[in-house]
Amino acid sequence: MTMERTCKPVAAETINKLTFKDKMRAYKRSPLSLILLLLVCGAALITMLTLLYLIVYILVKGIPYITPDLFSFTYTSDNVSLMPALISTVVMTIIALVIALPLGIGAAIYSVEYAKRGNKLVQLVRITTETLSGIPSIVYGLFGYLCFVTALHWGYSLLAGAFTVAIMILPLIMRTTEEALISVPDSFREGSFGLGAGRLRTVFHIVLPSAVPGILSGVILAIGRVVGESAALMYTAGSVAQMPGQAGGGLFDSVRTLSVHMYVLSSEGLHIDKTYATAVVLLVIVIGINALSSFVAKKITKKQG
Amino acid sequence: MRNRLDEQLELLNTELIRMGALCEDGISQAAKVLVTRDEALRRAVDETEQEIDRKEREIEAICLRLLLQQQPVAKDLRLISAAMKMIADMERIGDQASDIAEMVEHIRAEVLPGSLHIAEMARAAVNMVTNSVDSFVRRDMDIARAVEKADDEVDALFNKVKSEIIALIAEKPEEGETCLDLLMVAKYFERIGDHAVNIAEWVVFSLTGEHD
Amino acid sequence: MSCKLAIEDLNLYYGDFHALKSIHMEIQPNEITAFIGPSGCGKSTLLKSLNRMNDLVEGCRITGAVKLDGEDIYHGMDVNLLRKRIGMVFQKPNPFPMSVYDNIAYGPRTHGIRSKAKLDDIVERSLRNAAIWDELKDRLKKSALGLSGGQQQRLCIARALAVEPEVLLMDEPTSALDPISTSKIEDLAVELKKDYTIVMVTHNMQQAARISDKTAFFLLGEVIEYGETESLFSMPKDKRTEDYITGRFG
Repeated sequence: MTMERTCKPVAAETINKLTFKDKMRAYKRSPLSLILLLLVCGAALITMLTLLYLIVYILVKGIPYITPDLFSFTYTSDNVSLMPALISTVVMTIIALVIALPLGIGAAIYSVEYAKRGNKLVQLVRITTETLSGIPSIVYGLFGYLCFVTALHWGYSLLAGAFTVAIMILPLIMRTTEEALISVPDSFREGSFGLGAGRLRTVFHIVLPSAVPGILSGVILAIGRVVGESAALMYTAGSVAQMPGQAGGGLFDSVRTLSVHMYVLSSEGLHIDKTYATAVVLLVIVIGINALSSFVAKKITKKQG
Repeated sequence: MRNRLDEQLELLNTELIRMGALCEDGISQAAKVLVTRDEALRRAVDETEQEIDRKEREIEAICLRLLLQQQPVAKDLRLISAAMKMIADMERIGDQASDIAEMVEHIRAEVLPGSLHIAEMARAAVNMVTNSVDSFVRRDMDIARAVEKADDEVDALFNKVKSEIIALIAEKPEEGETCLDLLMVAKYFERIGDHAVNIAEWVVFSLTGEHD
Repeated sequence: MSCKLAIEDLNLYYGDFHALKSIHMEIQPNEITAFIGPSGCGKSTLLKSLNRMNDLVEGCRITGAVKLDGEDIYHGMDVNLLRKRIGMVFQKPNPFPMSVYDNIAYGPRTHGIRSKAKLDDIVERSLRNAAIWDELKDRLKKSALGLSGGQQQRLCIARALAVEPEVLLMDEPTSALDPISTSKIEDLAVELKKDYTIVMVTHNMQQAARISDKTAFFLLGEVIEYGETESLFSMPKDKRTEDYITGRFG
């Protein structure tokens, strides 16, 4: 026998939604949850407002002073162009990544895919990287100065700076890559091994592609650190405002990145307006890099489904 | 989907049809022996009976395998449980056919008056079996119901034959034993009719889930 | 009939834990052999030992021998070639995050097939063999992750078939699927046994009864009973088998 019940159409009233009155009644019963709600809302609000204030402040102070002169290819003490610093930043970032990426990703692949669990060496490397990422950047600067600038006789140079920041971002890249590799489901590896693929093929064709979005987010963080770094670079790359290689020494010329440029300008106190303008450009670049990389990450994930 | 279940059900179906056909053969042969008293035909009835017994075992095994392996439900379950009941009835039909053929030995032909309605009973019983198997093959409720009705006819014929035999005993008391044997043959045909009704009822059950 | 896989006195330890105890078994070609038993009885472990997937597990020690057509797979056989000959389908469908086509072509490419025409042919044949070609032929370039669970699992079967294995190991291939997909996979397994030898772990005894030819019942790392599925399920010789299959276990 099938059970049938004639269903009279009733006025459709949503019965699973809490009305404002319901909520108020619930809060009256437990005032503590109302307080907590207000607290967390407040925290979110303050965070948002601080960020907003910061951005708006910089934009308001800086935008009026963005002039074509600011992007001139030569820096003079009258026209404190940011172009040389901008180019130097890009070159510095690229070189640092070229050094740090293969090392960091390689180390991560070894520790996640190849090393046995509980491997002493891997544990040592992990402890080291964690320690390294907690060290203030000025310490890296001093190390770079002693090692690259003095001991290797590179002098204040783009290369010394790039090597220093490369060492600085190495732990970051390694950790994020490790996390990304660990988060690739084991079922992918099993599937690949099950088809008779070796470890190399499995890592490069299955695991790494799946980990790219994670690795990419590490790279963004790393770029952010390089772009925002000032202390470590002043000790290693110096602060000469010129195009890379302008003095004829190639990568061994001293350069200044945008952050250093800003620091120098503001400490000179002569071109405060231009400093804000430079800050706007830096902000735009950072936002641009973030947008670009999240776009790329989305593209990759989409391709994978 | 469930190819294997369907395959095995198909096998069950054909085997049941075969067994039904064997039953028809058995009764027709037995009925013929009654008239012709052909020794070869009598042996054929026995062989058919053995064949029916073998088929019963075979179908039983198919049903058990289906239950074990395929965990049938709904109409599949009904069909299989009906099949297991049906083969029991069919097997009885086979036995009774062979019993009839055996009886014939004790009946002296010259006693049989032409007016006796036993031949008609035989025909009616064969018809019922044929129709019950047919109702299964075609999954046809109407034929199944018709078989149930036809039983009344066989019962009526049995009563008629009974009174004829009583009359015969009164006429020739010295042939009493033969007459009693004749009565038993008639009774067997009547029983065959009952088994045919059972089969038809199981067909109805497998189609509707109702059994009365 | 000579057996396809012979397991001889196989013992397996995870550290101190004796997970498989002296397993002897002969697996016949073109049959479905089902492993049943309660969780943790070692059935999946044994399955994984058959294509050396346990090699990846740390602290796993194996003694004894497994022979594929008489060749010892643990001595002198290349693991990757072994896994080409003995394919595996996992419990959870695990298509790679790439297109349907690339999923199927991954195996053949691994083993050195580069020609586009050949790959096209393999992809079509494998999908046809896995009875999923008609559903997927128009979305070969689409991501495999967009398929339903049942389709993904049949895709994984097709992917395993693409490297032309001789034996197909299935580790509870339908436990994550709905009844209709399960039924499709079961039909597929019965179809595939004509060309392959199939060994299947299943939690579902009815499934073992439905499709397997031989069944092995495992308990605490031992094979309690191994034989024709029909006789094991209708007249189990061991009381423990009977208790388990009648649901009176423990």
